[in-house]
Amino acid sequence: MLRYFVRRLLLLIPILIGVSILIFFWVRALPGSPAESLLGERATPQLVEHYRHLYGFDRPIYVQYWKYVQTLLHGDLGVSVADHRHVATEIRDRFPATVELAMAAMLFAMVVGVPLGFFAAKRYGGAFDQGSLVISLIGISVPIFVLAVLLKWVFSIHWHLLPSVGRIDIRSTAEHPTNFYILDAIITRDWSTLWDVIKHLVLPAIALGSIPLAVVMRITRASVLDVQNEDYVRTARAKGLKPSVVDRRHVMRNALLPVTTIIGLQAGLLLSGAVLTETVFAWPGMGSWLRDAIFNRDYPVLQGGILFLALVFVIVNLIVDLSYALINPRIRYS
Amino acid sequence: MGVALKGANVRGKGVMLGLPLCAFVLALVLGGSAGATVNRAAAGGTLVFAGAADPTYLDPALVSDGESFRVTEQIFEGLVQIRPGTTSIRPALATRWTTGRDGKSYTFFLRKRVKFQDGTKFNAKAACWNFNRWYNFTGPFQDASATYYYQAIFGGFHHNESNSLSPALFRSCTAAGQYKIVVRLTRRNGPFLPAMSLSAFAMQSPTAIQKYGGNQGELRSGTFYPTGSYAFSHPTGTGPFRLQSWTVGQRIVLVRNTSYWGKKAKLDRVIIQPISNNEARLQALKSGAINGYDLVAPQDIGSIRGDQKLKTLDRPPFNVAYVTINQAHAPFDKLAVRQAVAYGLDRASVVRSFYFGRAVVAKEFLPPQIFGWTNKVPKYPYNPTKAKQLLQSAGLTLPVKVDFWYPTGVSRPYMPNPALNFQAFSDSLEKSGFKVVPHTAPWRPDYVKDVNQGTAGDLNLIGWTGDYGDPDNFVGVFFGNYSAQFGFHNNAIFNILKRGQEEVNFKKRIALYKKANVMIMKYLPAVPYAHSKPALAFQRSVKGYVPNPTGTDFFFPVYFGGQ
Repeated sequence: MLRYFVRRLLLLIPILIGVSILIFFWVRALPGSPAESLLGERATPQLVEHYRHLYGFDRPIYVQYWKYVQTLLHGDLGVSVADHRHVATEIRDRFPATVELAMAAMLFAMVVGVPLGFFAAKRYGGAFDQGSLVISLIGISVPIFVLAVLLKWVFSIHWHLLPSVGRIDIRSTAEHPTNFYILDAIITRDWSTLWDVIKHLVLPAIALGSIPLAVVMRITRASVLDVQNEDYVRTARAKGLKPSVVDRRHVMRNALLPVTTIIGLQAGLLLSGAVLTETVFAWPGMGSWLRDAIFNRDYPVLQGGILFLALVFVIVNLIVDLSYALINPRIRYS
Repeated sequence: MGVALKGANVRGKGVMLGLPLCAFVLALVLGGSAGATVNRAAAGGTLVFAGAADPTYLDPALVSDGESFRVTEQIFEGLVQIRPGTTSIRPALATRWTTGRDGKSYTFFLRKRVKFQDGTKFNAKAACWNFNRWYNFTGPFQDASATYYYQAIFGGFHHNESNSLSPALFRSCTAAGQYKIVVRLTRRNGPFLPAMSLSAFAMQSPTAIQKYGGNQGELRSGTFYPTGSYAFSHPTGTGPFRLQSWTVGQRIVLVRNTSYWGKKAKLDRVIIQPISNNEARLQALKSGAINGYDLVAPQDIGSIRGDQKLKTLDRPPFNVAYVTINQAHAPFDKLAVRQAVAYGLDRASVVRSFYFGRAVVAKEFLPPQIFGWTNKVPKYPYNPTKAKQLLQSAGLTLPVKVDFWYPTGVSRPYMPNPALNFQAFSDSLEKSGFKVVPHTAPWRPDYVKDVNQGTAGDLNLIGWTGDYGDPDNFVGVFFGNYSAQFGFHNNAIFNILKRGQEEVNFKKRIALYKKANVMIMKYLPAVPYAHSKPALAFQRSVKGYVPNPTGTDFFFPVYFGGQ
């Protein structure tokens, strides 16, 4: 187990080098440069040239990459060209917001998707099953931003039930020592803030969780259908165990294994979906920040931000792989 | 993967999870409406206003973007400020001023009994300290990413560290008594006084700057970055609001400055929230999460006006959309051909059709708000017959081929949809004896570069938004010198614009620019066609907000006044 863990950690190094090269060249392949984006009509050829020189864009690309790697090895992710802030500081401030949103979205997908998938399988071929199939298709095919805007129109503007933007009531004076607002509210035992933060989380989490929900539902359904016809399930039933006990102990536990895999894979989807969701809900996380950076051709932000997200993605998948052993003791790593 | 597990003991909660969800929805319904609601208190209260982005940081001398100035404008004041809703200036921290006979010195009489928000006195010493701070900037502070506006107005510094910097306009500032300063310049400069209304030249507390490292900064990967805490946590001016807190990416909270020297702000607090997405800003306003926002997308105006609880306010036009004519390309060096272009562009119908009622037809390059604007310029109403006659009088065979460029992938305040403008202009030019050859290029990175280099065809669509209320910032920028964009040499125009720039007598400046505008519209180096009016949106209960043309507004007169 330990050897496996160390090997996977070591594998991170070539992966991150590869990702850093890809990102570095990708952002430079975007047409334009920060100078043109920021200067607009004032982008005279002289000024553009001046900025290119200042940022070092006029040097050979391998020199630029080497310089980037050097600063990276010093733990320096650079400074945003657009708002002049340290990329590392910005990640520290914004990442908790994205994590909180992604976890809420995943929780939503699990809490709704697993039971729906289970019941769909139990009523295989029935109206409920067909209905769930339609819902999951809609969940996968409606773009996040369309769903997000629709949810806001219905729940924020029409019914005034839930807030439309931000993580917390803008007038709140609550302290945020960890920047994980739910955690902060629990630590400080500030229940009204907790309620407010949860209300702010609901719509973005539903919007972001819609695709994982559909996927989780389909996988659970297929998995339950698969497992409930296994010999050991039949044996359990033959022993005279109650159907609910068989479902709980024997069907669900096994059926949930593939769902666990999906969580890891969906982490990447959640991070990319966060770009759209955060933009629509003015959620101050990594997604809306990267979206603005793309428009501003803010190379340091794109490089630092995406590299960081890649690292998170790889680590989440490592954790998922390791967690198999906990869920299924028969899986061994070597 | 399907394996039997002995002792399986998963809690069967999955099937029961519907219940908490139902309870949550019920709680929401019973709990009433969403957290943020509109504040209807008549006096005091909190205004929540959305901009498009966070400020860069809050030292006005070191920023150049509108979102930063939106905040610094509330915390700081300059010696002069713009009269709300106009581009003209009025006294602020200077109660009056005089110009020296040589036109190179200004005496400012300072307001007495004014204190900075840290309790220190605003006086002649503090005012000169600010001028000297800008003038003596060194190292990273001399970079354009730090001092864009200082360099735009004052040129260079005491010790220029780069050859690209021009000689300094500033010579010295001396205190002549406790409340009087004399600012000496190295040359006559008309835009100096109007430019002093820019937030970049606001007075800041010397004590706070020194205490919180306001003069510390560095260049990181070519970008200026302040390393002290002043510009993030302790910006200290004399304005009607002071900074209470700034949560980056989320909100800036300003509170009323209770020791303000003038009429105190009516609001207790102003919260400025960055929301970069147009749709999100609109929905936040409709749901009551915010009380107002800037940069309303033209297509959203109908929806806002259709809502009884909301209203829009127009920002006076401070931009110009125009069609460049490149005289380096024959036959556009001929005046008759340029006149034919002017008569052949159906400007009125473009403005009527594609600006959602948000623009006026431009008669000249200056927006009507700026001094020097005159109605006496030659006018060129759409007249295809006259255009054809002019082309024939120039000895050309119809149709005359014209390369006409427009940008893609962009919407500017003065040009919401370039393709539509282009299509309409193209049709009207074809009816006027031209054969239009269309060209497009993406705004980034090619289009603007091509326009500036003079390689964007014979005609192209472009425009400009002003920085400060001075004609030099419009016609001086375009036609003050030879530029590849327009490709002409006209010493009469160059000279009068130079005289306008150097003249310090206000009345004489007005006369000079009026004359210059007539000359320019006779010569037709380009054809201006629209001045658009950007919109802001508010809850109807928000009263007293006066939009300024320059894009930075004052929050101190704002109050809540019911529906």
